[in-house]
Amino acid sequence: MKAPLAIHLASAALALAATAFAAMPSAVAADTPDPVADAKAFRNYFVTKFPNVPLDDFANGPYSLNEDMRRQWEEKEQFPPYEFSLEMGKEMFAKPFKNGKSYGDCFPNQGIGIRQNYPYFDPGEGKVITLELALNRCRGANGEPPLSYVEDEMAALTAYMAFTSRGKPFDIKIPDDPRALEAYQNGKRYFYTRRGQLNFSCATCHVQNPGERMRAEILAPALGILNAMPIYRSEWGGMGTISRRMITCNSQIRGVPLEPQADEYRDLEYYLSYVSNGLPIAGPGARP
Amino acid sequence: MASTIRVRAISGGETTEVQVLIQHPMDSGFVKDAGGEIIPPHFIQELTFEYDGRYVFIADWGAAVSKDPYVKFSFKGGRKGDDLKISWVDNKGETDTTTAKIQ
Amino acid sequence: MSMTRPNTRIVLLAFALTTIGSTSAMAASTETDFKAAYAAAEAANNEAGRLRNQWTVTAEALADAKKAAEKGDFDHAMASARDAEALAKASIFQATSEKEAWKNLEIR
Repeated sequence: MKAPLAIHLASAALALAATAFAAMPSAVAADTPDPVADAKAFRNYFVTKFPNVPLDDFANGPYSLNEDMRRQWEEKEQFPPYEFSLEMGKEMFAKPFKNGKSYGDCFPNQGIGIRQNYPYFDPGEGKVITLELALNRCRGANGEPPLSYVEDEMAALTAYMAFTSRGKPFDIKIPDDPRALEAYQNGKRYFYTRRGQLNFSCATCHVQNPGERMRAEILAPALGILNAMPIYRSEWGGMGTISRRMITCNSQIRGVPLEPQADEYRDLEYYLSYVSNGLPIAGPGARP
Repeated sequence: MASTIRVRAISGGETTEVQVLIQHPMDSGFVKDAGGEIIPPHFIQELTFEYDGRYVFIADWGAAVSKDPYVKFSFKGGRKGDDLKISWVDNKGETDTTTAKIQ
Repeated sequence: MSMTRPNTRIVLLAFALTTIGSTSAMAASTETDFKAAYAAAEAANNEAGRLRNQWTVTAEALADAKKAAEKGDFDHAMASARDAEALAKASIFQATSEKEAWKNLEIR
């Protein structure tokens, strides 16, 4: 029998995490996922919890839930902090590769006004393709080195593409393919799985506590949470991609992040985008 | 090179409201890069707004102002169509200036 | 507020692990002891890695253990290595129990 160990865990944090947030009522999950029913339940949950928030407004995250923050945000939107990134993205997007082709050649409609269709399930590859991934594959196919998924340049490109889709409703499709359903289910499972030393799942903050404070921040609701991506975060003093946000979320709860565009993250993006179908693209966004 | 200064000045009644967004790293000199080296200080020290031959706003800045600073203020007077001149100088002696029409 | 069983288990584990004040009557640790403890911690952390569920604090404890060992402070190194092993095992427990427990949070 081992001697008792002297452990220096963040006991307060762990205990708080485990006890402060109520568990949802227990129910057996269906074996075959039903995304349509899931999305409906997901939407109903938030609409019921926040009856005074117009449905589309959930895409504005914390600003839909806090008046003071909203006022500040609306003021800043007259001169948005993502403006420089957006301009850079527009220039980058238009500039041809060394081989003479450009990003537009890789995408439907020359890449304009299509962001709301990402991510999509690729039956040939059997995997989910996100916009960031598609952009780097476009570069690779044209002899260009890949961009970092967490740095400014990728964020600038997706900022521009999001901007061309502003107002268009998310339109994620799950084809009649068991692999697509599996990817969706993987994403859903990731979303609700507790991880990190703080034992939080994505749902802990964004389903159980939207509108509440986490330290000095107001938590965003999960409904519409990707609609405004990529975002200029004042905290980062710069622009960040979906990849960057997922990675930092993981490390903030003391979980070692996975690699950018890991299968889990791609599937997570698929799930979160699908359950926000119908809500408008609001990117690029600004957050505290 | 494109201007680092984005400005919108709107006159209404007796006052003109000015908003400006400036592209500048505003490095404080306290932050280290990925290699552990200090990023040298590089920040705007003086920002001025000139209207009708006089200064209507002067900002003396230091390391505490964040990257890509945004300023909003109002001044008495200012008519639609008039010029507003904005200039900044930083600690390296770099500068930029732009003139905008009040709307 | 009711707790589901898997969550209760992890809370109990957390509280067990937070018991401060080891009353161990061990002799001062040797390098050999440390190497064994470190290897055990590393193995557990690698297992957590296979489950794609490592904790940042585990890596920190391992690094702290290594640093102490390099300085020759094997008591400190042992303590950190043991911390690291416990953290790694907790992360494995979390990954395993969450395979079913996630359903409790699902919006239905």
